[in-house]
Amino acid sequence: MPTPSFDAIIIGGGVNGLACAGRLAQAGQKVLVLDAADTPGGGALTAEFAPGYRVDGLAHLVTHLDARMLAALKPEGHGLEWAVGSMATTALSSDGGHLTLNGAYGENVQGLDEDEAQRWAALRGRLLRHTEILRPLREITPPLPGKGGGKGNLLALGRAGLNLRRLGREDMQEFLRMILINVHDVVQEDLTDDRLRGLLAFDATLGTFLGPRSPNSLFLLWHRLSGDAGRIRWPRGGMGALASALAEAVRAAGAELRCAARVDRVLSDGDRATGVRLESGEEIAARCVISTANPRTTFLDLLGARQVETGLVRRLNNIRMRGTAAKLHLALKGAPDFRGADLRHRLVIAPSSDTVENAFNHIKYGEFSPAPVMEITCPTAHDSGFAPDGHHVLSIVAQYAPYSLRGGWEAGRDALQAAILKQLEAHAPGIGELVTAVELLTPADIAARHGLVGGSWHQGDLAVEQMLFMRPAVGIARYATPMPGLWLAGAGSHPGGGISGTAGWNAANEILGAA
Amino acid sequence: MNDLRHHFRTPLMRSPFHPRVEAANVLNAWAPWAGVTTALNFGDVAMEHSSIRNSASLYDISPMIKYAIEGPGAAAYLDRLTLRRASALPVGAVQYTSWCNDAGHVLDDGTLFRLGEDRFRLCCQERHLPWLQDSAIGFDVSIRDETEAIAGLSLQGPTSFSVLSAAGGADLASLKPFRLAEMHLGPAGPVMVSRTGFTGDLGYEIWTTPDRALDLWDHLMAAGTPHRLRPVGTEALNIARIEAGFIIANMDFICAEQVLRPDRARQPDEIGLGWMVDLDKGAFNGRNAIRAAREGGMLHWALVGLDIEGNVPAEGAELYLDGKKAVGQVTAAVWSPTTKRNLALAQIRRPWHRDAGDRLRAEIYALRELQYHKLMLRARIARRPFFNPPRRRATPPGMF
Repeated sequence: MPTPSFDAIIIGGGVNGLACAGRLAQAGQKVLVLDAADTPGGGALTAEFAPGYRVDGLAHLVTHLDARMLAALKPEGHGLEWAVGSMATTALSSDGGHLTLNGAYGENVQGLDEDEAQRWAALRGRLLRHTEILRPLREITPPLPGKGGGKGNLLALGRAGLNLRRLGREDMQEFLRMILINVHDVVQEDLTDDRLRGLLAFDATLGTFLGPRSPNSLFLLWHRLSGDAGRIRWPRGGMGALASALAEAVRAAGAELRCAARVDRVLSDGDRATGVRLESGEEIAARCVISTANPRTTFLDLLGARQVETGLVRRLNNIRMRGTAAKLHLALKGAPDFRGADLRHRLVIAPSSDTVENAFNHIKYGEFSPAPVMEITCPTAHDSGFAPDGHHVLSIVAQYAPYSLRGGWEAGRDALQAAILKQLEAHAPGIGELVTAVELLTPADIAARHGLVGGSWHQGDLAVEQMLFMRPAVGIARYATPMPGLWLAGAGSHPGGGISGTAGWNAANEILGAA
Repeated sequence: MNDLRHHFRTPLMRSPFHPRVEAANVLNAWAPWAGVTTALNFGDVAMEHSSIRNSASLYDISPMIKYAIEGPGAAAYLDRLTLRRASALPVGAVQYTSWCNDAGHVLDDGTLFRLGEDRFRLCCQERHLPWLQDSAIGFDVSIRDETEAIAGLSLQGPTSFSVLSAAGGADLASLKPFRLAEMHLGPAGPVMVSRTGFTGDLGYEIWTTPDRALDLWDHLMAAGTPHRLRPVGTEALNIARIEAGFIIANMDFICAEQVLRPDRARQPDEIGLGWMVDLDKGAFNGRNAIRAAREGGMLHWALVGLDIEGNVPAEGAELYLDGKKAVGQVTAAVWSPTTKRNLALAQIRRPWHRDAGDRLRAEIYALRELQYHKLMLRARIARRPFFNPPRRRATPPGMF
């Protein structure tokens, strides 16, 4: 290997890769980001799916974007603008009696009677207070049980502890009671409105292999809210515009970005990682290699299983990676009418907690839900340039759909598309007539397109037992790995994915010894 | 064998040699070994041990766990699995080796036979198929448990060369220790012979298929009787292996996968296997942890041989420094008829494996007519093997 010309090579130019690169470059390191795709961004991309129609190709909302990264990299100076700074959510009802949550996760709600509004305010307050306990943990390297960690980490732990103490005795007891409970029980106990119950059940389980009645599912609602406290944003120009503004900010910080450069191998001299080899055969040396690829892919495919000790191979193979969400993109020749719902809102079809649970049941047996629940956004309601004038596009995340469909996706994909369209038709009569083009991405398609093993958007199921020092696996949860010079910085690491950059930023802190 | 009640009607399997072993086991002294019923002795432990050291002995090693490791990636796989450089082992040679988990804790020790460029056999005490298979991910290799497909006899003792020659073993004289050869033994047919054993003496291990096992036994016994060959049980073998200073998994150390108390797992350096560790051969299981423990001074234990005063075996004895501070335990002990010394193997806390001088005492409770006599006997660290005769290595071996 030649003398390294880079301090760090980052595999993957997704938001985590960019965050990590930006942080390292600002600290004076010479950084090269390599991305297999033609544009940086990873899961934050906007692409044409039919002639004249564009849509966010995977993630379609921003709920967790890392504030430290925004403050330091200032992507606003490189073209980032928010088309929607706080998106409302409408829980759709098939009879037109919709429920709309405004502000940060329903600060005020239209469509509830007064009693239920009070119950919701109480529950929401509690959820957000409890979320505050967890939020400081997002920004630290997961502490090992029984061990401290860096000074910054201790401060964050202290903050989490203080937030817990501040709750007061009763609320703290309530937190401890709720910590491993399921979201279904909570919404059954605390609420009466099925639309609201369904929405919470949906939000808690979105992107997970859990139903609302699965143990620990409430924890994932906290996890969701721990990002921007429930605020939902959408960038002007779509997720791809966010990615390119971040990429520009990272370039401005001094990092080098190369796209269409797929890494094929992490090179090592047996004692430490020394660089990477590209698919083209080109070898690039660096003092450290940081992977935002799936952790299993990183070790078993890129580094090679023979460089990894058997215990870690076992743990990597036991990480559960089970994508449950399909993506449907619709091109429409006119505006759909969800019985009067505002198309600028995030639209959710999850009429009750039981509906979500019933939709979940099928995936356990390798089937997709015949009546899927879903989240819909309509970019054309905010922004031009996504479809010809007067036309619209919808971006839909529908679940549950398994990675491996019994009978295979080749045979089953039309039926899944029909099932999603049937749900849509029930809530927006006549929408089928408007459809001019469709793109369906099953979890298998998402896996193939984005290298997300098992179709898992988070590079490993989000679940309590795969969080903190257990994410992605014991022994590699602190971004460092047993191979000196090889680091993890992707969604598979703490605190998970979701267009945040937090894992990448945390990893960079750890690499810089600043954590 | 297909009867589902088999597992409780006859919970122990029978060795391919069972009909002969059973006939000779006049005291019905049986014990299980890896799920197989095996003889503890054949009526006279002292004479059996004497045959190991003074004539020749036959011991059934069929229950030993055996794995076939085959494929173009087999050597690379074993380099990554085990502590030693398996790829450097020539075809036709045998290696005493060991393997560890990620924490550098020993999972087992055993012998590795290189049968061909891409064919190995690993023999050991415990079963490890899941570990071996999970370790094979990323290598072009197949792992198969062939324990029941191979029958083995250990022929050990000064006259073992004479016995095997009389049985028709050709080219035997040039077979060096830790080498193997195919040969034809008259009515016993083709066998594989390795110059290996667990006694620290001149000896061979003879490998065949279960269907020819009884022919092998009968043929060897017939050829060996003039050379005082006799079958021996585990008790006599245990005396011999202590004299040779050999350790046994789950007796002298606990296999890391079976450890319940986390402080019981041991690194190779802590059980006298540190010499196996090849840190320069590239990645292998436990490498990082072993190196870190060495560099960080994190090794807490050592395995040593002890020479204890008197003639009361120190089985299970606690070791004390200056009669007060507990610093270790005896894992195996015997009064050795060959060396006329009271020998033991022990795990001892560092640094007392080097610096104890004359300060160690073994606390022995000797049961004498229903009363314990507590003895605090002087124990001196002694070099292993305790018994290591030149005939063990002589090539060609002597025609005793």
